[in-house]
Amino acid sequence: MKHLLSVADLDADDFEELFRLSDSFAEVSARRIPKVPALRGRTVVSLFFEDSTRTRLSFETAAKRLGADTMTFSVASSSMRKGESVRDTIETIDAMGVDAMVVRHGSAGVPQRITDWTDVSVVNAGDGWHEHPTQALLDAYTLRGRFGSLAGRRVAIVGDIAHSRVARSNVVAFSTLGAEVILVAPATLLPPSLDGWPVKVTEDLDGVIDSVDVLYLLRMQRERMTEHLVPSLREYSRRFGLDHARADRLRDGAVVLHPGPMNRGVEIAGDVVDRAELAVVDQVRNGVAVRMAVLWSMLGAGTDLVAEPDEQQGAQQ
Amino acid sequence: MTNTETTTRGAVVIRGGLVVDRTGERRADVAVSADGCIAEVAAEIDPHGAPVLDAAGCVVAPGFVDLHTHLRQPGKEEAETIESGAWCAVTGGYTAVVAMPNTTPPIDSAAVVREVLELGRAALCDVYTTGAITEGRAGERLAPLAEMADLGVRMFTDDGTGVQDDRLMRRAFEYARGLGVTLAQHCEVDALAAGGHMHEGEWSARLGIPGQPAESEDLMVARDLLLAERTGAPAHFQHLSTARSVAMVREAKARGLAVTAEATTHHFTLTHAACASYDPVFKVNPPLRTDEDVAAVRAGLADGTIDVIATDHAPHTQESKELPFDQAPPGMLGLETALALALTELDLPLVRLVELLSSRPAEIGRMADRHGGPIAAGRPANLCVFDPQTRWTVEPAKSRSRSRNIPYAGREVRGRVRHTLVDGRPVLVDGELRP
Repeated sequence: MKHLLSVADLDADDFEELFRLSDSFAEVSARRIPKVPALRGRTVVSLFFEDSTRTRLSFETAAKRLGADTMTFSVASSSMRKGESVRDTIETIDAMGVDAMVVRHGSAGVPQRITDWTDVSVVNAGDGWHEHPTQALLDAYTLRGRFGSLAGRRVAIVGDIAHSRVARSNVVAFSTLGAEVILVAPATLLPPSLDGWPVKVTEDLDGVIDSVDVLYLLRMQRERMTEHLVPSLREYSRRFGLDHARADRLRDGAVVLHPGPMNRGVEIAGDVVDRAELAVVDQVRNGVAVRMAVLWSMLGAGTDLVAEPDEQQGAQQ
Repeated sequence: MTNTETTTRGAVVIRGGLVVDRTGERRADVAVSADGCIAEVAAEIDPHGAPVLDAAGCVVAPGFVDLHTHLRQPGKEEAETIESGAWCAVTGGYTAVVAMPNTTPPIDSAAVVREVLELGRAALCDVYTTGAITEGRAGERLAPLAEMADLGVRMFTDDGTGVQDDRLMRRAFEYARGLGVTLAQHCEVDALAAGGHMHEGEWSARLGIPGQPAESEDLMVARDLLLAERTGAPAHFQHLSTARSVAMVREAKARGLAVTAEATTHHFTLTHAACASYDPVFKVNPPLRTDEDVAAVRAGLADGTIDVIATDHAPHTQESKELPFDQAPPGMLGLETALALALTELDLPLVRLVELLSSRPAEIGRMADRHGGPIAAGRPANLCVFDPQTRWTVEPAKSRSRSRNIPYAGREVRGRVRHTLVDGRPVLVDGELRP
């Protein structure tokens, strides 16, 4: 795998391969010293043109546990503020000699464009409303951990699909893995066209909540209120929020996911957050293992996957 | 607006071509006299030692007229100048272009009109200009239309944006009617289109790029048709891009309204699917739309609903077109590729093509005294000679524009301009500029 730009580039076998790697790296992460030298001498740079502490920390942790050197470029303290273009920034960093760029940008398509300007591997860490492939991988990996397989499972994705890169990636990921995907949202929060999307659509959360295996809640952004998309957060919450009454109707074994950060009281009632169905902590933990798998499959060809650091050093001496 | 240099002008004979104008086509030579007019059109003309332009296997047509050119001067000379825009024009067979007013400062006063016309006099082709309908193209107050009309401006538009205010637009139509000028509209309702960067639909949904719905164009076309009908003023619709707006214009023409319309080359050759590359070279306003819209534009060009092929030649620097898709400016070059794309993509008779590229735009732009044919003795020799069969591959790097934003890189096309004559002066000979 040269780049990871879109989940659409992965088939079911690619997912399974990445999941097997993630299993290995999850085991590494559980060690007393959670570190392997698989990417020693490699440099991974995080280019975050848009702030995201969680995703950036997850990638950097993943890179460090693989023994890679990491660099961080964040826009707030960078030359972008001085008017430098993305292309110039990429060419500058490229010239320093790095092996992979992890890119987050507020505009759709930037990671794809960057591949025209550098020869190194590019990982899309979220681009505008477009995609967030590693989020989809970690979500699918989390569900695989719960269910063994996603085949035949019913997944409802609830909320602001239109403006969500997480939703775009997850629809593709879940359906590639054989799940049935239902979008739950008013038309104002759906993409303008669903032609070619392998999904069902409903506005009635109560009509589906007792039949799904997975309830995936999206973050509802407050700024959508000014765009006439929903009348109020209160109304949104009444129609699409997860409260105790709805949570009680979930099937046994059903899982609730959320990409974080959660708006307590909007998409999820404050006191529902602690219920057993919620797998948010698993998502975060799995995020590191999955990102290790992604980085390793780009940069680690030929290295020993999970060797202890001292063994590897011994072998080299 | 006439080229007055006489230095390189002399008698020229265009030999061996197929003369095509709106009156029909015939095998004929064309002799151009030293005064810049056509001296003779006849089956065989002996040049008597005068220079000969070879037109064997070629079409000799009235020079093309682009009703929609962004020349970027004054203000954005790094992207294009009137001089470089005219180089592109004559390369594409154009003998006249009409400049759009969204410059800095905008062309909204006699002073800026004078500046543009003055610069245009030194250009290789005739340079006409539009004036803005509203001051500063801000859509709030009428610009001094009469003052600009006195300098020869015959079309007014706020192009780059549409006039949003219904009341103001009504008054503009009423006022323009008395002046005998035409109002041209960039039809786009901001309230629906704002924040959008491509056509809203299947592809915008998939790519996660905010869209502009077709209705943002349709609504303003509908409004202007109603206002044009009420006021009796001539209305010209710029760059129609939706099936619905083509249908509305067709219906209005059938009822006898004095409306005209143009379509750009890119709106009959490209669809929104091109945006999947996220390359802003495909970002344009109005946006590239669906296959159905492309088919409707083609049908409109074929049946006369659409009067004119325009280029909307819109130069932008490489840096600005390397911005993220949602930050890059909209627009693409068009002057050098329009003929080839029309020949390659539209299955139209040559006479109809000449009408679309030359005669109709010359009439609508009120320059039929100088441009648009017919090719006959006594007419100004504004001509182009093109080989309709030559195949070539579009290479943006070879453009004569200061910009490179051509969305057809690598595309195989058919038909190439060999010679262009402006007032009898060969300014393009065998594809080479003769400044």
